[in-house]
Amino acid sequence: MRKVAIIGLGQTPVREHWESNLRDLGVTALRDAMDDAGVDTVDGVCVGNMLSGALSEQEHLGSLIVDYAGLDGVEGMKIEAACGSGAAAIRMAVKAVGSGLMDTVGVVGVEKLTEYSGKFSTAALATAADADYETTMGLSFVGINALLMRRYLYEYKYDKNDFSIFPINAHKNSIHNPNAMFRYEISEAQYAKSKHIAEPINLLDSSPIADGAAAVIVCAQENISQFKGKPISILACEVGTDTLALDNREDPLWLKGVERSVKKAYYLADVKPKDIDFFEVHDAFSIITALSLEASGFAERGEAIKFADKIGIGIKGGLPLTTGGGLKGRGHPVGATGVYQVVEAAKQLRGEVAKEVQIENNNIAMAQNIGGSGATVITTILKRIV
Amino acid sequence: MDIPRYWRLKDQRYRLQGKKCLDCGNLSFPPRLVCPKCKSRNYEKYFFIGKGTVYSHTTIYQAPDRFDHIAPYSVGLIDLEEGVRITAQFTDVPAEELKIGMKVEMVIRQIYEDGPKGPILYGYKFRPVISV
Ligand SMILES: [Zn+2]
Repeated sequence: MRKVAIIGLGQTPVREHWESNLRDLGVTALRDAMDDAGVDTVDGVCVGNMLSGALSEQEHLGSLIVDYAGLDGVEGMKIEAACGSGAAAIRMAVKAVGSGLMDTVGVVGVEKLTEYSGKFSTAALATAADADYETTMGLSFVGINALLMRRYLYEYKYDKNDFSIFPINAHKNSIHNPNAMFRYEISEAQYAKSKHIAEPINLLDSSPIADGAAAVIVCAQENISQFKGKPISILACEVGTDTLALDNREDPLWLKGVERSVKKAYYLADVKPKDIDFFEVHDAFSIITALSLEASGFAERGEAIKFADKIGIGIKGGLPLTTGGGLKGRGHPVGATGVYQVVEAAKQLRGEVAKEVQIENNNIAMAQNIGGSGATVITTILKRIV
Repeated sequence: MDIPRYWRLKDQRYRLQGKKCLDCGNLSFPPRLVCPKCKSRNYEKYFFIGKGTVYSHTTIYQAPDRFDHIAPYSVGLIDLEEGVRITAQFTDVPAEELKIGMKVEMVIRQIYEDGPKGPILYGYKFRPVISV
């Protein structure tokens, strides 16, 4: 395996982009990343996307993006792993470049979730779950996470309002991210009064559906001098899986997919959880942040909230989380999210975020993208190149 | 329209038919072609009795399109007596009375109508145990 690096970054704001279609969002992010890297072509394009077929009546995104990005003839393919599609696409690029099959690969995560009414998008998002045995029982994707949260509250005796620590922190950071959808703070009182989506999950536990695209250019680390972009090393980008359906897991509160993914990533990167300077956690719902902190080895089982409280998850804390606002504050364009997370982490390491949220002396970052209720998990560990 | 799916799943939806591994005895619901424990492909049909306890539950307010007209409704994870966990809607019980650990049993109820002119599709739901 060759060492691989990220040499270019691009992103559109996360918004309800009624004026833009999938291809325009995707091409904008990809071309911005290529400009940042200083390249006019790539050897391949990996497109991370979940719902283009269901919500834009458009599949075949690989060739579509390649065509409209002016890369005619270049190989392009769509990678799908539900909400984990974005980082899954990065994983494919890392494999292609690491193996030596390609030298430079563009990755773009793109999603449009606001074409139809919320009910229709809710049904489309539920296709991440088991269609025969979960979704057709009336379970929504929020509902699956609500089942986890209810059991967590029961087993570990937390008050539901204790979870507010995660969305409050996310919103505090998204204020300083011009690409974030929600740029305002939220309070404990607002959290406590927030309306139920699927009890006990309320609106402020839930990341909002949105449109957006983010892109990175992946190259061989030995070639970084050929580019103008500021390189960041990819120490690991590793996948772990688990049963698709939540009910098929013996211990639903332990995300085995997360554990499998981080074990491989920590091993390859030769780091331990205490070496991670900040963590772009997959905060699709507050409960997932808690379960991820535990299965990733940061907090003991059932202790994620106490851990977050004690170590500090703000910018000056011991483990800053969701420095660009996370899925909660930035917005969650599902198939693009994994790429947004890595773009945010790389910008932090480059020292290119707003000074209010810039972590000083950072060196190693972790981003984790979770598909479904934890059936596909991709953990990426990045390091500054000095 | 997903009539073939409902026809295909009728033994699961009406009779909780899963599988029992002939090599290690492991029980599965849904039925699987490969035993998750010993990887054997030797199986026989196994019918679960349909009694269990609530592992977790939620009440859904913002529902997928197809279920929107019945929201709010409650869905849960149920630990069957035979040691397998399944996902199902609850029925005949107000949301506020649902509790983790509650004893429940399977009944057949309407799951949804497939459009105004489509068939009414039935399947398992769970209610608090009333029979002895
Ligand atoms: Zn077996």
